Amino acid sequence: MVNHKISRRTLLTGTAAAGALSLTGLPARAEVNWKKYAGTKLEVILAKGPRGDNLQKHVKEFTELTGIQVESEQIPEQQQRQKVVIELTSGRPSFDVVHLSYHVQKRQFEKGGWLADMTPFLKDPTLTAPDLVESDFSAAGLQYAKNDKGQMLSLPWSVDYFILYYNKELFEKKGVAVPKTLDEMAAAAEKLTDAKEGIYGFVGRGLRNANMAMWSNFFLNYGGEFLDAKGNILTDGPEAIAATKLYQTLLTKSAPPGVAGFNWMESMASFTQGRSAMWIDGVGWAPPLEDPAASRVVGKVGYTVVPAGPKGQYSSTYGDGIGIAAASKNKEAAYLLCQWVVSKTQGARLLQAGGGVPFRNSILGDPEIQRGVKTKEWLQSVIDSGKISKLGLPVVIPVAEFRDIVGAAVTATLSGADPAAELKKANDQYRPILERSEKT
Amino acid sequence: MSALTQTTPGAAQSDAAPEKELRPPSYWPFVVPALVVVLAIIIFPWVFTIWMSLNEWKVGSSTTFVGFSNYLRLTSDPRFIEAIGHTLVYTALSVLLPLALGTFAAVVFHQKFPGRGFLRGVFIMPMMATPVAIALVWTMMFHPQLGVLNYLLSLVGIPAQLWVFHPATVIPSLVLVETWQWTPLVMLIVLGGLAAIPTEPYESAQIDGASLWQVFRFITLPLIMPFLFIAGMIRMIDAVKSFDIIFAITQGGPGSASETINIYLYSVAFSYYDLGYGSAIAVVFFLLIVLLAAVMLYARQRMLWTEIANGT
Repeated sequence: MVNHKISRRTLLTGTAAAGALSLTGLPARAEVNWKKYAGTKLEVILAKGPRGDNLQKHVKEFTELTGIQVESEQIPEQQQRQKVVIELTSGRPSFDVVHLSYHVQKRQFEKGGWLADMTPFLKDPTLTAPDLVESDFSAAGLQYAKNDKGQMLSLPWSVDYFILYYNKELFEKKGVAVPKTLDEMAAAAEKLTDAKEGIYGFVGRGLRNANMAMWSNFFLNYGGEFLDAKGNILTDGPEAIAATKLYQTLLTKSAPPGVAGFNWMESMASFTQGRSAMWIDGVGWAPPLEDPAASRVVGKVGYTVVPAGPKGQYSSTYGDGIGIAAASKNKEAAYLLCQWVVSKTQGARLLQAGGGVPFRNSILGDPEIQRGVKTKEWLQSVIDSGKISKLGLPVVIPVAEFRDIVGAAVTATLSGADPAAELKKANDQYRPILERSEKT
Repeated sequence: MSALTQTTPGAAQSDAAPEKELRPPSYWPFVVPALVVVLAIIIFPWVFTIWMSLNEWKVGSSTTFVGFSNYLRLTSDPRFIEAIGHTLVYTALSVLLPLALGTFAAVVFHQKFPGRGFLRGVFIMPMMATPVAIALVWTMMFHPQLGVLNYLLSLVGIPAQLWVFHPATVIPSLVLVETWQWTPLVMLIVLGGLAAIPTEPYESAQIDGASLWQVFRFITLPLIMPFLFIAGMIRMIDAVKSFDIIFAITQGGPGSASETINIYLYSVAFSYYDLGYGSAIAVVFFLLIVLLAAVMLYARQRMLWTEIANGT
């Protein structure tokens, strides 16, 4: 699925343009000295997934370009997060370059001071190719990568927007239109449900913790904000209650039995088997849905933005970045690698394989790269979601606790608990944890 | 008991020691390696855990001494209190069910019938499998829409169940996996016990016209009781610290309906990085295990006494 030809050419044009610039006698622009750190050896720790695969598959090209040797390992996401934190705390991490999940680790990494500041590197023309400029990253990417002082601590790598997947065949069969609002979606879900046939209108994450990623999209569309100006948590207000009621209705009336224990994997199984008509989750699932060996709904899937709520329309946004360990002795070489990871070539490959969405507008908006994407409707939903992107989790240190505690409350409503009471209880439980973490 | 008799001569020697010349006993170089290992991997981690539990110790932040406040926090932590309940229920069920079924299986497999050796081999296979791998297989079988379990139920007209996907049935469903895997272990232990029973009591029972149940209740059961205790002890230790099966199947969910102390401890220490609080949980968890073990040991001692009183 990856289109190599285009990406190579893009890289060449980029280099040629840079060369031309220096010839025209414009203010002399130093060229990137790619070979300066030849012979250096870098260690990279990656979370398992398409991003890591994309890096490992093509990393030889980076070695050819720079002469830098790269050793990398992929570890399943949860374990990778733990390993990274433990090693960084020790002060002597075994890696130079680290793959991080912004939505979980941003504040934690900033507070620990674990990442090297890339700002000076970005300004150095001998280190940074001219096409890599800060303004090329989307707003969400910069929000994630920069700390309070405006320092770039990592390069935004891949963004995850929440979108609505729907089964066109089931929609046609029942004569239902694609919903534009959350209310329409709830009504459509009920109409599409045929429990006797084992067909359900909606499926999505019910499992505690994982469910927060989807719930937050409802919350945002009902006008919710996670924190007030003083940093207090706000997830027991009217917006949260309304969002939870919708969540409860959808998942109890129109979702497959047992959805309270579903993560994305179980939800995807239900959707690919044609048992569920709608599914809200991250953008990354188009490849398995369109894979004839794994899916019964190939060619029947519609992709669109998450329907609007009464107070707005957003796409819950999460993302990964790539950064340099502050303790690394090879920061410049590591920076060259990070730069290559988010380069146009690599970004195009990632997008065309459906393995992720680059944070860089110049990649997403490039018509030639767009042509290489197989599922046009999917690409459109990605571009549209980028315009309504909003961070899907509070940017605090105890994110895992937040997801566990509020997530458990939201899951509890699926067995009949009252949304308002559960959210209040969860908030009471979470508030002291948040206060304690901000205090120290 | 035997330990006591062994130590007596040594004690007598040391009483006599002052008369001799004072010098270190000649065996000390042999003890040192063991001592170092015990200190390094048992004593030190324990002391350090207790020390951590007295501190506010979060990864990435400085540590401050807070005395017993982590322990006080435990008393008002609803998740922790719930987790204790889940642990006890889970443990009780996953000790009793394999014990009952394992004993039954042992009695069956103790009979002589064709193909016994082969069937015994088949029966103990679950025990040899890797817990995480079988947990993943069971997760698929539990799936309410696509799993094979509900399909099997539908064949006999029983409505579909939610298994691990509903708070009310999640613990029993997990215990089902645990039982499936560990019944063979109990069976093996009890089979060993059965092999050691003399045949005379059975012959006399037959002459006296005892029913099958009476034979089991008044001859077999009392004679295999010590073995059942060992099996129960091993099961209890395993069940209390069970982690892999629960984590791989439900991660403590739905909600927190199957969150045992172990799972909660893992979350606190490794996903919230709250090492101080996590250590406090570990200490309390350890005390709980000591308490359970003490109850078991006491029951065992009681049984020995009654045996002695009965003249066995």
